[in-house]
Amino acid sequence: MKPAPFEYHVPDSIEQALDLMSQHADEAKILAGGQSLVSAMNFRVIQPSVVIDLNRVAELSYIRAEGDVIRIGSMARERHLEFDSSIAKRTPLLTEAMPHIAHPQIRNRGTIGGSIVHADPAAELPVLMLALNARLKAKNISGERWIDAQDFFAGMFTTALAPDEILVEIEMPFMPARTGWSFMEVAPRAGDYALMGVAVLVTLEKNGKCKKAKLVYLNAGDGPVDAKEAAKILEGEKLNDKLIESASAMASRKEINPFGNVHTSPDFQRHLANVLTKKALKQAMQRAEENLQ
Amino acid sequence: MTQTFPVTVTVNEKKYKREVEARLLLSDFLRHELGLTGTHVGCEHGVCGACTILFDGESVRSCLMFAVQADGHALITVEGLAKDKDNLHPLQQSFWEAHGLQCGYCTPGILMSMIPFLQKNPNPTEDEIRQALSGNLCRCTGYQHIVDAVKLAAEKMG
Ligand SMILES: Cc1cc2nc3c(=O)[nH]c(=O)nc-3n(C[C@H](O)[C@H](O)[C@H](O)COP(=O)(O)OP(=O)(O)OC[C@H]3O[C@@H](n4cnc5c(N)ncnc54)[C@H](O)[C@@H]3O)c2cc1C
Ligand code: FES
Ligand code: FES
Repeated sequence: MKPAPFEYHVPDSIEQALDLMSQHADEAKILAGGQSLVSAMNFRVIQPSVVIDLNRVAELSYIRAEGDVIRIGSMARERHLEFDSSIAKRTPLLTEAMPHIAHPQIRNRGTIGGSIVHADPAAELPVLMLALNARLKAKNISGERWIDAQDFFAGMFTTALAPDEILVEIEMPFMPARTGWSFMEVAPRAGDYALMGVAVLVTLEKNGKCKKAKLVYLNAGDGPVDAKEAAKILEGEKLNDKLIESASAMASRKEINPFGNVHTSPDFQRHLANVLTKKALKQAMQRAEENLQ
Repeated sequence: MTQTFPVTVTVNEKKYKREVEARLLLSDFLRHELGLTGTHVGCEHGVCGACTILFDGESVRSCLMFAVQADGHALITVEGLAKDKDNLHPLQQSFWEAHGLQCGYCTPGILMSMIPFLQKNPNPTEDEIRQALSGNLCRCTGYQHIVDAVKLAAEKMG
């Protein structure tokens, strides 16, 4: 099918974009990579009367390391994140996860901001934002505010952004010293949305005990699911198979809430979560131990 | 009155100027405005890959872009690959020789996905080829001969 007619604006600065948003907030949609928006418009699932295209706002497209954080403009393409060397060095969890997002043809256009604001519970980037403790900068015509990733996702395809706000920047702290990571998912084919997936971070003390653990799941509820109780089982302890078993059981049986879909049942999703968590925790632990020396 | 926008775009090294409605998809622009019907349209939601073209050298879905967004950019479609029908691009020649197509609906999108893939990865393994093909659906071949064709192309182009 074809999209319904709309009024099209193509600002070339953030200021112009914010001005347009203040005039049209309730009827306007931001066009970023278009990889979710345009297909929804083609099928007339949504029919925005105004489209504000950010693809010519060059100042929204950057990735840079600054102090102890990585700053990413919301229009940076998923494909650029995948190959960025400072991301690979400072937040390797993100680098490991990027190839799981759709196909190169989609990542060439899709943006970090678009994926985050789209807030699909099956998407990788929202999960990674929570796991990496990111902060998100939103702007409207009268100012800006920072929103922690954990407060940003407000349910299925819903975020904390107000209708006139644009997501402009993502700030990710460097992963701390002695941290191991792992991203694992199961999808029917390479590039498909995953049936289940998990991002894991494990930070060790100098003595090898687990200082901090983070386990965040995709397709496991109505947004990214942070398994805090499972993390508590691990923190303060020297990790072993038994602890990993019980953390995996806690997360997969108690903390996630998968709905199932045409490819899978909730029970099978819980089973996958259990298996993936064990594997991911072991890999993360091993990588953290390599970083101990 | 319907609002239109001027678009100046280079397709297969030729410059075109048109006036378009904002909602015109790039895939429909190529097919209906420029008559370049080699770019196929299957699903219009980014899944099948039949509409894949090169946008400033990178493979993209032309069904998920508006024509107006191509203003000032350089595109390559499947028509840009061969010099003429007797001088196929080595990738096309390989599809011919290895029987990499049956009905051919998926073929233009697959070729336009494999061009940048082989540029970045001139000696791919079979696994890498299958991964790279995962964004293009073919309902005829079962993929085996497509994989063979891409392997052959890598040899020819390498
Ligand atoms: C075939 C296919 C497979 C895919 N598979 C996956 C997958 O496996 N995993 C995955 O995570 N994703 C997948 N995607 C989605 C892909 O990652 C999208 O690119 C992404 O979800 C949306 O990003 P975008 O830049 O294209 O945003 P758009 O589609 O342009 O926008 C998405 C939404 O966010 C809003 N928006 C965008 N940017 C901003 C901003 N800066 N401020 C405020 N609002 C904004 C838009 O108004 C719109 O509502 C797939 C897509 C396709 C077509
Ligand atoms: S028609 Fe564009 S991906 Fe199917
Ligand atoms: S040859 Fe028919 S769809 Fe691929």
